Amino acid sequence: MRKVLVLTEAKAGNVRGVSLEALSAAQRIAEGGEIIAVAIGSDSTHYANVLGKYGAKKVYIIGNEELNVYTTDAYLQALRQVIDSVEPEAILMSHTAIGKDLAPRIAARFGLGLVSDVIDVQVDNGEVIFTRPIYSGKAFEKKKVVSGIPFATVRPNNIPVEEIGGTIEVVRFNVEIKDLRTIVKEVVRKTTSGVDLTEAKVVISGGRGVKSSDGFKQLQDLAEMLGGAVGASRGACDAEYCDYSLQIGQTGKVVTPDLYIACGISGAIQHLAGMSNSKVVVAINKDPEAPIFQVADYGIVGDLFEVVPLLTEEFKKVLVNS
Amino acid sequence: MNILVLMKQTFDTEEKIVLQNGTISEDGVNFIINPYDEYAIEEAIKLREEHDGEVTVITIGPERAENALRTALAMGADKAVIVDSEDIDLDEFSAAKILTAVIKEREFDIILGGNVAVDYGSGQVGPRLAEELNIPQVTTITKLDINGTKAIIERDVEGDKEVVEVSLPVLVTAQQGLNEPRYPSLPGIMKAKKKPIERLEIDDLNIEDDAEAKTTVTETFFPQKKEAGRILNGDIKDQVAELAALLRSEAKVI
Repeated sequence: MRKVLVLTEAKAGNVRGVSLEALSAAQRIAEGGEIIAVAIGSDSTHYANVLGKYGAKKVYIIGNEELNVYTTDAYLQALRQVIDSVEPEAILMSHTAIGKDLAPRIAARFGLGLVSDVIDVQVDNGEVIFTRPIYSGKAFEKKKVVSGIPFATVRPNNIPVEEIGGTIEVVRFNVEIKDLRTIVKEVVRKTTSGVDLTEAKVVISGGRGVKSSDGFKQLQDLAEMLGGAVGASRGACDAEYCDYSLQIGQTGKVVTPDLYIACGISGAIQHLAGMSNSKVVVAINKDPEAPIFQVADYGIVGDLFEVVPLLTEEFKKVLVNS
Repeated sequence: MNILVLMKQTFDTEEKIVLQNGTISEDGVNFIINPYDEYAIEEAIKLREEHDGEVTVITIGPERAENALRTALAMGADKAVIVDSEDIDLDEFSAAKILTAVIKEREFDIILGGNVAVDYGSGQVGPRLAEELNIPQVTTITKLDINGTKAIIERDVEGDKEVVEVSLPVLVTAQQGLNEPRYPSLPGIMKAKKKPIERLEIDDLNIEDDAEAKTTVTETFFPQKKEAGRILNGDIKDQVAELAALLRSEAKVI
């Protein structure tokens, strides 16, 4: 049995899906031990109950105003005080902007090993074994912590989430926060759909074949219809059809959505590394020899400017009829 | 201004991965500067061009990593440090401890690195090092302006842009979009040959506690090969209808 501490995150007032995945992973690691979720920010009271449905027994709510906007220092101080108080036997966070920035610092502070970006966790004879992609998914490795407690960040969209019900005990935890060294002056929202690319269940991705930033609007329409996000190949980003923050590949983001639709992407190896572990891949390309078809479950050889609008219409019909 | 850059030499992103006796083979592999570290090197050189000072590139790696250091020097860095890691198992904990020992003896105003390496992709070493040195960090940056002892930095946060103010010294990690790394010029390559590379052994360093790895890899393997997909046929409109139906009834993702 292990007491597992899980840092949860919310976006627009809702718990992020990846935090529920982290709770599911925590259930495996806990082996019947207690799962303690940490919810940060003054809004977090609203979703504490949800965390209970996914396995948390206790929810530590930290409502300090200084934590409403993420800064490394403020979160570090808050988490340090929680960890000192809880003395967890394993820690999980999400491999999100916050988790990537914070987890290594926490690990360094407590002298811990950290396994980043895990897609699976198993307990074998009491030993916690994490699976993670390397070379952006060209290969995988299994990794364990050999000294100190298990600590990992969980990648979105990989661990099945199960609602198990259950009630929670809410602990209002007060932390002292001081001497912040960074000040967030401004946040400029650039993402239109509000769906984060790495967390999206559906990704519509465009390559050089999209030909212009105007061309990406058609992909945007399709993405919106399916509640997904738009991504791009390096070629499309280099040609300035879209922002670098959309780039998928070994340089750029790695995504594992349920559905990945590649439009006008030839499928260079460095792009395939970033998307080929998606559950279902659809390729739309004029060139029947394009390597993208080798990793596609379904392919349409044709002009994306003809296919994409038709597809948007067709999905509209399918979704209306369901 | 004293500028330090953390660099790692990685496989070229075009390389396929080959396993030999359960470990990744380096035979015939083309190595490059980790692309994100290349942004860090470029930004460091730009900072020096604007504020004067010196750019030192630091790496941990086997002898082959010296080639990457030479490239960084040819781009315009002034000096380089390599800590020999041949035949030693290191993890991110170890790397941060080693770099701390190398850096705490030096003066610096800013440390730059890539936000992640394209090989093992954990992105830990930068933030760990900042914690060890007790300095602030700003990760995944896309713009950097230094004015006196303050920096105004733009960073990428899951596609949104955040503007942050921080005092020096600071550690920053580069995101794509920060700059366009320059190619080494021919004179640059010639000059690089005369620039100093300091070679250190882990045993020479004054490491607090020890740097022994806290994690270990138990297995390396490939993802399951996918079965060949289905290329649809017929009129485009029919193909689109068929695809929508398949995604709904067969793949069950819509």
